[in-house]
Amino acid sequence: MSTNAAATVPQAQFDWRPLALLLGLMALGLPAVGSASTWLTLTVAGLAMGMIIFVIASGLTLVFGLMDVLNFGHGVFIAVGAFMATSVMGGMSTWAGESTLAQLASVGVAMLVAMAVAGAIGLAFERVIVRPVYGLHLKQILITMGGMIVGEEIIKVIWGPQQIALPLPSSLTGSWLLGSASIEKYRVLAAGIGLLVFAVLAYTLGRTKVGLLIRAGVQDREMVESLGYRIRRLFVGVFVAGSALAGLGGVMWGLYQQTVTPQIGAQVNTLIFIVIIIGGLGSTLGCFAGALLVGLMANYTGFLAPKVALFSNIGLMVAILLWRPQGLYPVTNR
Amino acid sequence: MADPILALRGVHTHIGAYHILHGVDFDVPEGQVTMLLGRNGAGKSTTLRTIMGLWQASAGEVRFRGQAIHRLATPDIAGLGLAYVPESMGIFSDLTVKENMVLAARQARNANELDTQRLEWIFGLFPALKKFWLYPAGKLSGGQKQMLAVARAICEPRALILIDEPSKGLAPSIIQNLVTAFNELKRQRTTILLVEQNFMMARALGDQVAVMDNGQVVHRGAMAELAEDEALQQRLLGLSLGAHQ
Repeated sequence: MSTNAAATVPQAQFDWRPLALLLGLMALGLPAVGSASTWLTLTVAGLAMGMIIFVIASGLTLVFGLMDVLNFGHGVFIAVGAFMATSVMGGMSTWAGESTLAQLASVGVAMLVAMAVAGAIGLAFERVIVRPVYGLHLKQILITMGGMIVGEEIIKVIWGPQQIALPLPSSLTGSWLLGSASIEKYRVLAAGIGLLVFAVLAYTLGRTKVGLLIRAGVQDREMVESLGYRIRRLFVGVFVAGSALAGLGGVMWGLYQQTVTPQIGAQVNTLIFIVIIIGGLGSTLGCFAGALLVGLMANYTGFLAPKVALFSNIGLMVAILLWRPQGLYPVTNR
Repeated sequence: MADPILALRGVHTHIGAYHILHGVDFDVPEGQVTMLLGRNGAGKSTTLRTIMGLWQASAGEVRFRGQAIHRLATPDIAGLGLAYVPESMGIFSDLTVKENMVLAARQARNANELDTQRLEWIFGLFPALKKFWLYPAGKLSGGQKQMLAVARAICEPRALILIDEPSKGLAPSIIQNLVTAFNELKRQRTTILLVEQNFMMARALGDQVAVMDNGQVVHRGAMAELAEDEALQQRLLGLSLGAHQ
């Protein structure tokens, strides 16, 4: 349906300022770092790290935004994903000596299995732990944190309490040289997967009716139900999808660190909460921009002033909330 | 007299510790506009929300075309053909007018699948919606938002439309626009249950009337009778139509 009259009416202006901030941070990084090749290396590393954080956090921002659930147990899905990768890739270790394609296939299988298992656990987590506390924020925090502690202990029972190595396949180790800048292969893959996830989410949310329902549900769940849609089913679907994405993010984060511990989820939890607060609760684009900002900031400050890096993301969150108290791309009606 | 499309019998509703509805009884005849009037806090909005299942009736029954619906979930009630326009309008501010309409049309997966003929009819009632078709709904004026809220309720044929105080906070010219639209719906024998504080609007539209006070229906009858009886208006509503003229 199109109308001629619509052409005469100004459409919504896209807000470029948060994305300009991202470019501004990169531009500021160049003189601060000094060397163009080091800057390029750090920037690619920061963007890749940001993409991984985005994959992990995107599910949580939907769960937070649509379901109004403060899921402090999100980290357990990350840990499950990472540990599933150790099992799957360990089981396929004979593929490690095979061709590049076989090695990439082992990573792909690990990611798919991690997503399936994390999604299935997410389904049970929503039904058993989250469902009784809808609308009760304090109880949500307590019970989901409890769920994460229980999850961590179960992981210790299954995989043991010790750190487990999750080495990259040989075809993903090493770097490509771009001039004198070193671009790690795995980070390029991570950035590609992050972009793919963002594209799929953006398409689903922006171009499909399910996406419309999710966006509408973030704003006014009651009205969506009054229009005849079963938002509870949508909630469960989003929770499962969010858990699966966390599982995928867990594999990516584990491969990024090349080691996995039962506490991996708790370690990343703080980072992803910073990202979704920076981005604006419930906003996928905000989550994307926030994750990239966090990734870049961590890499620049890690290089320039390692001690500052410890609290740089907290500082970034404070600065952004002073500028935009509801985050970079706030969802209205909340 | 034919069976009513909607019947409430002894409906009680509690919200937390508060007992809001105390045995509400009234009928909504098919093809007519029934006005639900009453002072602030009388329980009118709670009645609509209870019909839609947004608050569960703690006792009594709500029947739609003879079927008990008071234990059904809201989406199931909506699926029977009830549309609801809340007092807050329930507009999805971040979505465009087009996207709001696509959501309201349950059968349509996208704007191309909207019933074009019906859409043109709606544009005839509310031309502003055509003009602002691609505009974020949150940026519309209050009157335009109300038009969108009503348009969503009628974008597919519905058996019964529940509308909560559509004239609230709107300029007289916009209210007149709404009255014209509602009259058009009435001409097409759309069944409407309309909560309203604006007595002039109620008189212009209503066939039947139920007046609520303290969570109960204290008067039921033809709107024309109430419009003629100033003493009754004064007693039930604390105002008389004559005072408005």
